[in-house]
This record gives sequence, C-alpha cells and structure tokens, in this order.
Amino acid sequence: MTERRPDPDQLLSHVREAETQARRGKLTIFFGAAPGVGKTYAMLEAGRVETSDARRDVAVGVVETHGRYDTGSLLIGLELLPRRRIVHHRIELEELDLDAALARRPQILLVDELAHTNGPGSRHTKRWQDVEELLDAGIDVFTSLNVQHLESLNDVVAQVTGVVVRETVPDAIFEKAYDVRLVDLPVGELLKRLREGKVYLPQQAARAAESFFNEGNLIALRQLALRRTSERVDAKVGTYRAAHGIDETWHTGERVLVCVSASPHSMRLIRAAKRMATSLHCALIGLYVETPASLRLAASARARLAVNMRLLESLGGEPVTVRGDDPAAETVRYARERSVTKIVVGKPTHSRWRDVLRPSFLDAVVRASRAIDVHVISGDIESRVAVEPEEGRKESKERATTPAAYAAGVTVVIVATLVAWFTFGRSELADVVMVMLFGIVIVALRFGYGPSLVATLLATLAYDFFFIPPYLTFAVGDLRHFATFAVMIIVGVVVSHLTQRIRDQADRAHQRERRTASLYAVTREVGLARSRDALLDAAARHLREVFHARIAVLLPRPDGTLDLALADENTFATGGTDVGIADWVWANQKRAGLGTDTIPSAGALVVPLKGSRGRVGVLGLFPAAGARLEDADERQLLETFAGVVGSALERTELAEEAQRAHLRAETEQLRNALLSSVSHDLRTPLGVVTGATSALLDDDGPTDEFTRRELLQTAHEEALRLSRLVRNLLDMTRLEAGALKVKTGILSVEELVGSALGRTSDRVAGRNVQTTVPSDLLAACDSALAEQVLINLLENATKYSPVASPIEIVAQVEGDMVAIEVSDRGSGIAEAHADRVFEKFYRVHEGEGGGVGLGLTICRGIVEAHGGTIRVRRRPGGGATFRFTLPAAPVSDADVTPPREAPGNAP
Amino acid sequence: MTNAQEPLVLVIDDEPQMMRFVRLALSSRDYRVIEATTANAGLQQATAHTPDVVLLDLGLPDKDGIEVVRLLRGWSTMPILVISARGQEESKVKALEEGADDYITKPFGASELIARIRVALRHAAMMRETTTAAAIHVGSDITVDLVKRIVTKRGEEVHLTVTEYKLLVALVKHEGMVMTHRHLLAEVWGPGHSEQVQYLRVYMRELRHKLEQNPAQPKHFLTELGVGYRLKLEP
Repeated sequence: MTERRPDPDQLLSHVREAETQARRGKLTIFFGAAPGVGKTYAMLEAGRVETSDARRDVAVGVVETHGRYDTGSLLIGLELLPRRRIVHHRIELEELDLDAALARRPQILLVDELAHTNGPGSRHTKRWQDVEELLDAGIDVFTSLNVQHLESLNDVVAQVTGVVVRETVPDAIFEKAYDVRLVDLPVGELLKRLREGKVYLPQQAARAAESFFNEGNLIALRQLALRRTSERVDAKVGTYRAAHGIDETWHTGERVLVCVSASPHSMRLIRAAKRMATSLHCALIGLYVETPASLRLAASARARLAVNMRLLESLGGEPVTVRGDDPAAETVRYARERSVTKIVVGKPTHSRWRDVLRPSFLDAVVRASRAIDVHVISGDIESRVAVEPEEGRKESKERATTPAAYAAGVTVVIVATLVAWFTFGRSELADVVMVMLFGIVIVALRFGYGPSLVATLLATLAYDFFFIPPYLTFAVGDLRHFATFAVMIIVGVVVSHLTQRIRDQADRAHQRERRTASLYAVTREVGLARSRDALLDAAARHLREVFHARIAVLLPRPDGTLDLALADENTFATGGTDVGIADWVWANQKRAGLGTDTIPSAGALVVPLKGSRGRVGVLGLFPAAGARLEDADERQLLETFAGVVGSALERTELAEEAQRAHLRAETEQLRNALLSSVSHDLRTPLGVVTGATSALLDDDGPTDEFTRRELLQTAHEEALRLSRLVRNLLDMTRLEAGALKVKTGILSVEELVGSALGRTSDRVAGRNVQTTVPSDLLAACDSALAEQVLINLLENATKYSPVASPIEIVAQVEGDMVAIEVSDRGSGIAEAHADRVFEKFYRVHEGEGGGVGLGLTICRGIVEAHGGTIRVRRRPGGGATFRFTLPAAPVSDADVTPPREAPGNAP
Repeated sequence: MTNAQEPLVLVIDDEPQMMRFVRLALSSRDYRVIEATTANAGLQQATAHTPDVVLLDLGLPDKDGIEVVRLLRGWSTMPILVISARGQEESKVKALEEGADDYITKPFGASELIARIRVALRHAAMMRETTTAAAIHVGSDITVDLVKRIVTKRGEEVHLTVTEYKLLVALVKHEGMVMTHRHLLAEVWGPGHSEQVQYLRVYMRELRHKLEQNPAQPKHFLTELGVGYRLKLEP
C-alpha cells in the first residue's frame, strides 16, 4: 500500500496562506442569491454582535439602508465613518473614504456591496480593491455580495436571466475570504417582500428588474448561490484535509489549461475553465500562443486579448504567453511541460469546408493531446450577449500598406509589360510570362501582400491585353491561354503568400531579436554597473528606448519613505501629487496607474521593483508617442525588465551591505588586534615592574647594592615605557572619538623644536642633534599637539638609530605651509612600509621594545587635523626622514621687530 | 627644636598612592609633611599650620583646584606648586594666572619634585629678604650683574636693549619657576599689554640668540609651550 502523504507544495501553500491570513485582516462575506434577501441586515447584526459581545472596535464604512427602518435602526450605536463626496456630471456620489478608514483603523469595518464600482477620481475602480487594501492594512472587513456579481458565474447568470451584470468581483476574493455566510431566503418569501416594496431597486434598473425577479430566475440564482457556497466549503475541507494529512478524496495533479485568444468568445471559455478548475480544486493556466499572424493583430484585437488575460488573472489563473508557428503544437507542448490534465478549447465557429482546406486548431490539439483530456466549449451564448460587438475580421489582417505601395505595384507591372514588349515581343510568350512573374515576385517582396495580389491580377490582364491575340482586347482567342492565366494567378498568389510569410517571420525574428538584444543589453549593463546611479542610468536608457516612455525611479530612503532617484522631465516631481500613486505601489506591491484597475486615470504606469528578498523600489513609465503599454506583450516584457532592474538594484544594495559588513569585520579585527597588542604591551612592562619590585621587597632578595640598583633601574624604565604607552593609547582614543580639539595659536617653530627637545631630554641626552630652524619661522597650530608630533618623531628617531649617529631637525617655509623634517641614520623604512607605518598598530620593528604602533598614527591624526601631511622617505646614505607640514602663520614677527632701543644694560 | 627649621609641606591630593609616594619622597629628604585629601581640609590645614609650601593636585573631588589657589592667595603668599595631569593644560595655566607659583606634570620623579620645591622655597626666601645677590650665574657661561647692569657671556659683555634687559631681570627674579606670558608682559611692559604675546616672543628670541649657545636647543631660556617661559640657572 502506498503511503498517503500530503503534497509538500500543497502544504507549503497552506502554510503561506495561514501566514498571510495572520497578518492580513479577515474578510467575511454575507453572500446572497439576489438583492433583498437581507444581506445588509445580517451584516449589521453581526457587526452589533461583535461590538456588544466580543467588545471589538467596529465602524461602518459604507452601508446602504435605502431608507428601510429595520435596517436603519441597526445602525444606531455603530460608528459611521464620513463618506467621500464626488460630484460627477452634477450628480453627487458618496463613496467609501478609504484613507479615512485606513487612518481610523477600526478592528472591523462594515462595507456594503462588494461589487460596487467606484465613482471617477477614486483610487481604485472597484470597491473590492478598496477592501483588499483594508485587509492588507490588517483591518477585518464585513461585506455583502450577490451571486451574480461573482466573476466566474457572470456568464451563467447572464445565460439564465438574460441580464448582463457588469459589476463583478474576482473569484479569488471570494475563495480567499475568511468566512462566507450565506444569507438565504425562500423564493416565495423574497417575491412577497418585493411586492411589499421592501426590496430596493434603483430607478434605472426597475425595468430590468421586472424580468430579473421572476420565480424561475430567482430559483436558479438561489441554486447557484447555494452551490457556490457548498463548493467553497468543500474547498475548505480539502485545505483542512491537506493540512492534516487526510488525503482520501484529494484530486492531486489536476491542472486545467484554457486556450486564450483575442476573440470575444474567450471570456466565456475562461469562465467555464475557471468553474472546472474550481470544482476540481486545481490550478488554472491561460495560454496564448503568439504566432506570426498575431503580430498583425489590430489594436482593438490586442486590447481584447489584454482584457481576456486580465480576466483570467482576476479569476486566479496564471496567464502565459508562448511564441511559435503552430498554435496547436505549442499548446500541447506547453500543456505537457506543465503536466496539464485538461485543455479547454473553444468550439470552432467557422464553416466546415475550411477544415478541409486547413486542419483546424481543435483537430490538431485533439490529435496531439494523447493522455490529456480536451474539453470543447461553445462560444455562441457569449456572443449573443457580448458586451463588445465583434469586430470585422478584416481588421485583424490589416497591415500598414499605404496607397504608395499599391501604386508601386502597378508601376512594377507596367515596367514588366514594357520590358517584355520590347525584349520579346509577341512571339516568345513563355519568356513574357517569366518577366511578368518576376515583376510579381518583386512586388511581393518589396510591397507586401495586397499590392502583390493586385499586381498578379494586373499582370494577368496586361498579358491578356497586350500579348494574347486578339491583341489590345481582353478577349481570348485560344482557350489554352486560360491555363496560362490560371497558372500565373496561382503562382502569383502562392508567391505573395510565401513572401508574406517570410516577411512575417523576418518581422517576428526582428522584433524578437530587438527584445532579446535590449534585454541582453540591459542585463549586461546593469550587471556591470558599479554604482546604483550608473545602474539606474543604464536601465532608464533602455526602458525609454524599448517602451517609448519617460522614466522615473523611486527608491526607499533609510527611513522607508520613497525618494526620487531618477526622473525624466514631466514625470514625478518631488512632493508632487503623482507621487501618491508611487507610494501606493510601494506599500501594496502591485502595479497601478494607466491601464490597471487602480488609479487608471493617472498619467503613468507604475510597477513595483522587486528583488529576491523583497521590494526594492518603484518604477514609473509615462507613455510618449508610440508607447503600447496596454499590450500584454509589452507588459510581460516590462515585467522582465522590472525583474532584472529589481534584482540588480538589490545586488548593489547587497554589495554595499557586504562592504559595510566587511568594514565592520575589519574594525572588529582591528579591535582584536588592539586588544591582543595592548594586553601584550601592557603586561610585559607590568610584569617587569612587579617582578623587580617584589624581588626588592623580598626578605631574601638581593642585598648587594649593584643588583638592587639594577632592579630599580629596570622597574623605572619599564614604568616609563608603560606611561608612554598609556599616553599614546589615550591620545589615540581622543583622536578616534573626534574629541581632539585643535586650538590654533601662533607658535615660533624655534620654540617648538626647543620645547620638544627639552621634553625628550632624557632620551635625546648625549645624542648629537643638529637643528636648522629659521628663528622667525611661525606656524599656526595647536602648540601641545604639534609638540606631541615632534616628540613622537624624536622618540622614534632615538629608538631606531645607533646612539652615536646624529639626528637632524630641519624646518623651512614652503608656500603657506611650514615643513619640518626629522631625520635619523637608522636602518630606514622600506618602500613597502612607507605608507603603512602610519596605520594603526602597524609595526616595522616587531617586538624590539617598541610601542604598540600608535605613535605615527597619532602624528598623522594630528597633522591631518591641521590640514597638513606627513610622509616618510629613505635618506640617501641611509636612515629615514619624516616630514610633516603645518600651516604657516598669517602674520610675521617682522612687524614687531624691536625698535632701535637704547642699550638697556651697561652703557 | 630642629624640626621647626625643616620646611613644612602641605600636600593636598585625594589619591592615597600619590600621597604615599610624595610623603616618602619628602620625608626622606627631611621635609615635614602634612596631608589633606580634600580641598576644604587642605584650606583648613593651610590656615592652621601656615606651611612653607603647598603641593596642590588640580583634580580634587570637592573643589576646583583653581578655586583653592584663589582662596589661598586671598590671604597668603606661600609658594603653591600645582600638580597637573595631561589634558589639564588649560586649568594649569589658569591656576598659574591665579597666583600658583609653578606646576609639575604627572608622572614625575622624586628628584624633579624636590627640585621644584627647593626653587619655590628659595624664591620665597628671596622675596622675604629682599636682598639681591649682586651677580647671578646662568649656567657656567653667563653672568648677570644686577647692580652694575652688566651681562656677560664667557667673559664678554653682551649688549641688551632696555626691554631685553627688563625681561632678563624678570626671568632671573623668578629663576627656576615658570613665568606665564601674562605675568612676564605685566612685569616688563606694565599692565595693559598682557595680550601682546608676539612682543614677548620676539624679545625672547633676541635673548635666546644673544645668550644661548644654540637657540634652537636652549639650555637656560626654556619655552613652556602654551604657558610661558622658564629660566633655568643650572646647566
């Protein structure tokens, strides 16, 4: 026996659903068969129960009581949110104030009539979109819905009642609802209420209502409502079973694919397929095969295709477009690829004889499908009540052929006739026919299908007129010539057709190539882009070119609000009103604006940019001339572009983050280096001091004066070293903390050098120090800090050079700086270390009783704080020269040179 | 009582280890030491014992060291030696301006401390006796005869201007002690010139160049950067 385990995918989707549910608000739908069954009443009652019993915060967004007393009385005690008023064509409309509701944030919001269409100027075209946003914001919503407003049942209702309902709600909303409460009323009761005038009907709908509210219709609607509710319960049971591993009646692996086309029949097909998928509890895929011929589709057909695809999406289906020559083969191939079990195809509407000429799509699919079931569904009912009139077939074949092309075709025929006339005359008829056919081929190649057909006809006529006796008449003497005519016409038509096909293929290849090229280019360029700005520039350039639109990109600031990162002219402006739509897209992660259901009045199509880890930004496209943003194709391409740009943006962000992480790690490493270095450097002298002093304190310690003195000397030297170390560490800390305050004053460099030498006298003592310092040289710097630099350099010089060698200090003025050099005759510093010696904790002489590697770092910190530089170079003849600059004083002591005074001392 | 002849040093410091070191260093050289760990206790002790010299740490817990200097100077001219740490440059200068006689920076050795105290005591004695030695020797080379107003370097007379000479005398009078810019300016140029440091710098340069062997590596006319100048007599 095979073990029945829940499908992991199924479980995962269940978990995801549970997660989303936890974050989102819960939607409760009060579902009824027809107006008047008491949905609003039931909803208000439930709302009251929630306030009084569950003590939850309930507010009423929109409720229509239609002046009925019993319904109205339920509103008492409930908080009514103000509505938004819109004046449109001098009619005042009241709509749900979405922003007010979002700002008020009740726990539960009551919103009547889910299928309602919002007035112009609203953010969303449909109220269910408002509700979606409320749910996204975590607000629970109670709402009401009639069965005929459910998208997938829309055409069934139309079929049953003969009334087309235009306000529909996607099935996904219904299916994802937390709870659906069926409000049921027996048909007799409802009709009674209707007669008593208890059912509100809008004036304009009164007539339609008469035919709508007949017993038969109401019974059918009630049946539909009950069935839909029970189906939903079924589905919930299925989800429950899946979640708990109970899998007995689970239909695994079913998948329905519906063939979508630009035909208006497609809508019915899609709805039927949706119903099938719902009853099978399985996924629905809508497939459109783009063929060479579909490239020639008229704008209206393209629009219809987009509508069909959107319908499919709203029903929860997955829209897919593939490209290929043979629609049937492509369909079956794709179906097999996705392990589809049922293909839904429309019933052919054309006459029988066409099937003889060309194998029909249906036949081809049925033949190739093998294990896959093929369901054929008729399309006539939809066309009877079709909202859109079917447009002429010609239109779909329409091509941009100008009269000039036809004129050119005619010219070519005339030229061919003249050439044939003067070259071959009337005797070589076979050659004449060849010349004529050549002309036709040229026309077909250069000027397209129509002109080549015209040329074929003209050429045949010209041939008859000029070359077939009796000449210069259309009469034909010999019947055999008709065969020639027929051949000419057939060859002409075939050639036209073939050339046309080649042209189509070339066109398509060209178009595809252009897309691939631009996609490739954009992928490559954004991949290469080092910085975010370069990336955006590259992306915007391609987007502009491919979509014929002006581009704006908004990226989040650290605080989460959006910032305009790139904007063409006439797009979003900082602080402009249009930015609202971008904010919405950012918050909701759905496309909005032009051609969508959200803020369709906007001048731009705004799409979210997503990376693998979540949202990264918002892209706005403002169509310019030649834009076809409504096209499904273009949308798909845009999606791909947005994906590429989104992940590239994410990548740069990640790179920056990695850089920061690297820096952090480096800082951490430095800190560790400091700790280990400092602990070592502190411990060594401390150890010596404690050891030496404890030996001296010890009763059994050395008694001879020399040893005692030696021990004391060692302890003293180590204590001094410790003192220097701590001083450096403190200075470094102050430098790093930015606590270093430069108190600039005028300073004599001679005094500076003298003072520094005085302060280091214990180390410099006995050394040959040569100073070359102009006595009137003045620097503008912080005396204590500048002295510290000199002290550190002098200490280094004494530490790392032989005792007998000289140390030189040279100071001179250089432009507006004073340069001071400290040179020794030590081992010098190798080129490789020249820059690194100023780095923190960098030591050239490891473990030679040196410091922690901070002295020079402190020097650099101080010098740079003064706007100067510090360098080290090798000295010719050995040794190192440290050279630093400090700003020269803006004044000179020449101004205060002592006036000629009388001698102060002896006469 | 011979004890009375031994100088009395008041140490005001709140760190016991520092106190212990100072006490040991001083008592081993025959100084008497009285101790105070707070500024207030220090002020009381100063009134009660009138010490010969006060050793004052600037970082006291209960009162600002500068305030202590000011309070002491309110009634006494006893030498005050300030103990300062690195990073206290400003308060050090302020304490000197308020009347402290000299300063010593932590960490310091015993010999340095003793030398400073000795200078301070000598200076105080000189002020009391108001008798001036006829000739002052600066190192082995330079001699300043205050009576004859003759300055010689290695036996040869050095010509100084009036201001230079005045400045030299001011330094000689306070030899071994730091003279802040302000004090020197007030003493040489008189009150009202205390901000014109550049004059001081120029005349000091002249003195250094006329008297020092190597002006960039002075042995006697020392610069205390940011504070003032000090004349060191010993080589």
